[in-house]
Amino acid sequence: MKISTYFLALLCPVILLSSCKKNTDEVTADTKSTFSIEFENQVNGSPLVLNTTSYKNAKGEDFKINVFKYYVSNIKLSKADGTTYLIPESYFLIDASKAESTNITLKDVPTGDYTKIEYTIGVDYARNFAGAQTGALDPINGMFWTWNSGYIFVKLEGTSPQSAATGNALTFHIGGVTDPNNTIRTFTTEINAANPLRVRTDGKPNMHFIVNAAALFTGKTDISFSTLYFTMGGANSVIVANNYANGLFRLDHIHN
Amino acid sequence: MLFLSIALMYACSKNEDEVTPEEKKITFSVPANFPAPAYNFEDNKLSNAGFTLGKKLFYEGRLSADKSVSCGSCHQQFAAFTQLDHKVSHGVNNCQGKRNTPPLFNLAWQKAFFWDGGVKNIETSPLNAITDACEMGTNIETIIAFLKNTAPYPDLFKQAFGSTEINSQVILKSIAQFTAVLVSGNSKYDKVIRKESGIAFTSTELAGYNLFKEKCTSCHAEPFFTDFSYRNNGLDLVSTDEGRSHITGAASDFGKFRVPTLRNIEYTSPYMHDGRFYSLDEVLEHYNSGVKASTNLDAQLKTGIPLNTTEKEQIKAFLKTLTDHEFIKNTLYSES
Repeated sequence: MKISTYFLALLCPVILLSSCKKNTDEVTADTKSTFSIEFENQVNGSPLVLNTTSYKNAKGEDFKINVFKYYVSNIKLSKADGTTYLIPESYFLIDASKAESTNITLKDVPTGDYTKIEYTIGVDYARNFAGAQTGALDPINGMFWTWNSGYIFVKLEGTSPQSAATGNALTFHIGGVTDPNNTIRTFTTEINAANPLRVRTDGKPNMHFIVNAAALFTGKTDISFSTLYFTMGGANSVIVANNYANGLFRLDHIHN
Repeated sequence: MLFLSIALMYACSKNEDEVTPEEKKITFSVPANFPAPAYNFEDNKLSNAGFTLGKKLFYEGRLSADKSVSCGSCHQQFAAFTQLDHKVSHGVNNCQGKRNTPPLFNLAWQKAFFWDGGVKNIETSPLNAITDACEMGTNIETIIAFLKNTAPYPDLFKQAFGSTEINSQVILKSIAQFTAVLVSGNSKYDKVIRKESGIAFTSTELAGYNLFKEKCTSCHAEPFFTDFSYRNNGLDLVSTDEGRSHITGAASDFGKFRVPTLRNIEYTSPYMHDGRFYSLDEVLEHYNSGVKASTNLDAQLKTGIPLNTTEKEQIKAFLKTLTDHEFIKNTLYSES
């Protein structure tokens, strides 16, 4: 009896494993390694300095930034042959006030040369409505709407003389996942094939992205702070998301 | 499967002499006349320790800003976990909220929470009450700090989740182990439907049930006595509370609220999203003669629901068969 029970216990995982059908489009490698991504926050080419430095939007209006936080999630790498690797549980909150958050490390990535990277600016649909989360998605991070479930994908708070709000406040809390006000955007960038992201057991490359906070206010629609200075989801958040969808991130270089 | 086989091994090798002290195993049971739940504890394994901790947190007044208000303050068991005699929620510093406290039961079947359906998961629902200035008026950081420094909480978290680490996730998961277990499915109505021996409607209750099926179930659908939709039932020409449109941003949702369950309705007075009606008589009279032609009035209420005195009494008699005395008196759910 006892032997047969043990045998059964051993057999079960074997069956389980053999029943897994291999997805041919998925990157496979025997070895895994690590790479990192640095997000350098800027405003139109100048370093982002919170609270003190004044910047100009595309309309030429002055503004300052006090808070700048955003989610990067579901990071997916592609090889030249079209195979892809979605990094599991990749949810990161980048906070301009926390230097350590601007450099993220991706572990257990199959080794290989990657020529494309894409990720969600924000959080995928399912996690917005999921149960209690931890880590980057912990509501304690101040990026979760408690009265209308869902994450704030990009949060920019600051001031502008043009804003009619109390204290000339700018409040841009971009989020929402249901149509017509879905603000989930995916950013994709090709990597120069001559210098791909080389994930090696003996090499841990670093990707360097420039993040332009001013991209919230230009791109598709130039925003004037005299008319739009407050949004927490809804149609105006969609305008901002459409702006930053392409302009927020730019791959600057890779240190292999 | 591996776990199953390991569990099987344990089951086989269990020493019959090792009997642990008797403790009633907390279970989540689905009444035979209910469908499969939306929340099934898949990512939040139900345990006695988790339930016990969740219940303790639910009744812990020290979590609120002025240490006076617990979840249980506004969700009282004898009122099927709503607040008796309060039109709207009554929070810290005697602040009055703007909506009537919803009762708490059968939440595992609910996919959206609160009168406007803004919250989509039972686990994240308490965040609203915790942070609302007119409810508990605090924040998760403060609560975590309190729990870390207050015995016996670190031990209770260790028993429930295997670690003394306290974060928002384990707090919310433990509360959900309590709130999702609150199942009310043992009313007289349930027993009649399940054809339990010796239980039958009286002739008045039966007449009420038939009337109810004719006039009410298009919104208050069995077995939950709500179809979980959002509707405007003509309380005001222009609602002072935007309701569902606050969540969707759609003008067509202005003044709509989630159809409330009618289970335990005998004990959940006052009624409506703002608690304006104190008695079922007032509620039925509203449908009979008080429905106002608001912009988003539900199509089925255009002419109200005409009810004569006899019909009202019959419907009321039926509604009282929805009271689940076992649930309301179950000491497992009581503050201990």
